[in-house]
Amino acid sequence: MSYSKPKFKEQYNNFINGKFVAPIGGAYFENTSPVDNSLIAKYPRSQKEDVESAVNAANAAKDSWGNTSAAERAALLNKVADIIEENLEEFALVETCDNGKPIRETLNADIPLAVDHWRYFAACIRAEEGSATELDANTLSMNIKEPLGVVGQIIPWNFPLLMLSWKLPPALATGNCVVLKPAEQTPSSATLLMEKIADVFPPGVLNVVHGFGPEAGKPLASSSKIDKVAFTGETTTGQLIMQYASKNLNPVTMELGGKSPNVFFNSVMDEDDAFLDKAIEGAVLFAFNQGEVCTCPSRLLVQEDIYDAFIARVIERTNAIVQDNPYDTNTMLGAQASNDQYEKIQSYLKIGVEEGAKVLAGGEANKLGGEFANGFYIKPTILEGHNKMRVFQEEIFGPVVCVTKFKDEAEAIEIANDTLYGLGAGVWTRDAHQLYQIPRAIKAGRVWVNCYHAYPAHAPFGGYKKSGFGRENHVMMMNYYRQTKNMLISYDKNKLGFF
Amino acid sequence: MQRIAITDKAAAIVRQLQEKYGELIFHQSGGCCDGSSPMIFEKGEMYLDESDTHLGKIENVDFYMNQDQFEYWKHTHLTIDITEGRGSSFSLEIPLGLRFIVISRLLTEDENTFFNSSQKS
Repeated sequence: MSYSKPKFKEQYNNFINGKFVAPIGGAYFENTSPVDNSLIAKYPRSQKEDVESAVNAANAAKDSWGNTSAAERAALLNKVADIIEENLEEFALVETCDNGKPIRETLNADIPLAVDHWRYFAACIRAEEGSATELDANTLSMNIKEPLGVVGQIIPWNFPLLMLSWKLPPALATGNCVVLKPAEQTPSSATLLMEKIADVFPPGVLNVVHGFGPEAGKPLASSSKIDKVAFTGETTTGQLIMQYASKNLNPVTMELGGKSPNVFFNSVMDEDDAFLDKAIEGAVLFAFNQGEVCTCPSRLLVQEDIYDAFIARVIERTNAIVQDNPYDTNTMLGAQASNDQYEKIQSYLKIGVEEGAKVLAGGEANKLGGEFANGFYIKPTILEGHNKMRVFQEEIFGPVVCVTKFKDEAEAIEIANDTLYGLGAGVWTRDAHQLYQIPRAIKAGRVWVNCYHAYPAHAPFGGYKKSGFGRENHVMMMNYYRQTKNMLISYDKNKLGFF
Repeated sequence: MQRIAITDKAAAIVRQLQEKYGELIFHQSGGCCDGSSPMIFEKGEMYLDESDTHLGKIENVDFYMNQDQFEYWKHTHLTIDITEGRGSSFSLEIPLGLRFIVISRLLTEDENTFFNSSQKS
């Protein structure tokens, strides 16, 4: 089945204090679709004043929103989930158009997962309780969770609506007001969501401001009127945001990417069965979402005694990937999100070959003809080399996997951990000891065992090392958006006796 | 001998930014999304210390990279170029609809001996 480019208005606005408002300076930027490099619409090129207006609206709303009941907030979160679900196809089309990812991913992964994250946090806030401890016969320590107040959230372009749905629900569920800045490459689905849910939350609770990093992102991250910043992106911006937060002594959470190892032990080839088939697919998941995933399994580590046979199967499966019209449900691999991504990936393919990596599949741009001639397509690529090469160490953010072999468990662990990052990893084996011991030895926040690229709500997700800190998608994220109020209560009628 | 260079096109943009903002620095980013890109900021914007390696100066702009990252990059020569694009970082060229990118090549044998066996960075 094939869809076509969805319809857009000519121009959109910021969503501040419950209303769509034009940027104060009146400037807009053009947003294009990477599918064919055609114009989507104009979005506000907001400045400091627009961010301030959103932050002020959030501050004005925070006291009453913070005092709403958990039942009330949960009901509104569920309402958002229902609205996204009712309009699933529309959201999926807009996401494919803005990001370039194939429609079958947005229909079956991005949007349904986004729905579930809203429902998950609606459930969490209803189910949890504070705590109370009798410290002695007359003293009670009571812990009450209170919202931080106003939260700034800066999200990336690789899963626009899903990243929004990782960030907003825990902040809103816990009673915070939010100012969210979507990535300027992909402002469309956040805008569509605001149109659909404009009346759901009280004015000021949820605000969306569009614009460029230095003009709108920085004023948000450095505002002295916010109480926390949550960011997903890269290390340099991460460091800057932490610097700004340090001036305000604000807490931050950071998700900064990785260079995730996907490790295959020889036992996966003991049988030619459904599990081996699953493992081959697991190795090819580097091409999922065009490789534009912070946890892209971009380093493939294969035990040497199965290396040749296993890689032959991986190459075969990679070459069978259908890269074509992203709006067609048969397409598996779409366009890279932007021209600069497209060029960056090609520069990595070049340095990889210069460093001595061997191209086992792909290795170049894919020039699709006709209406997609101006889109940004890269063939799924397998590079064979060693772990010290730059293509093994840097996040290419493209459908590119770098493969190398290892001798034994010790070498697998050594290579897996020889990276600056520690976000995700995969371990594949039929050996019950390896199933537990290898994941424990890998320094990463999420280790998929005999699976990969699953992101369900209720499983905490976050980084070790330079991949950041904080754990999203889980009830524990709520505490990153809250203070603990400790009430220490004495039931003793007698004085201390000091004075 | 230099570890880094800049194309004429990119240099013209740097000069344009210098006129607007004054003294600038480059910092090479790592990680996801807009990572692996050189970013340009006003001097003093970013806290730099001994954990940042100074790779050289291009168009009168000091170029830095985190030392840990540099360990994996030190055998390569970098040329800063510019392309159309839209990054979502705080880098100052973003509002121009442009984006600095890095083009890498292996150091020649002579360059490698010069930079990497004499403790120079």
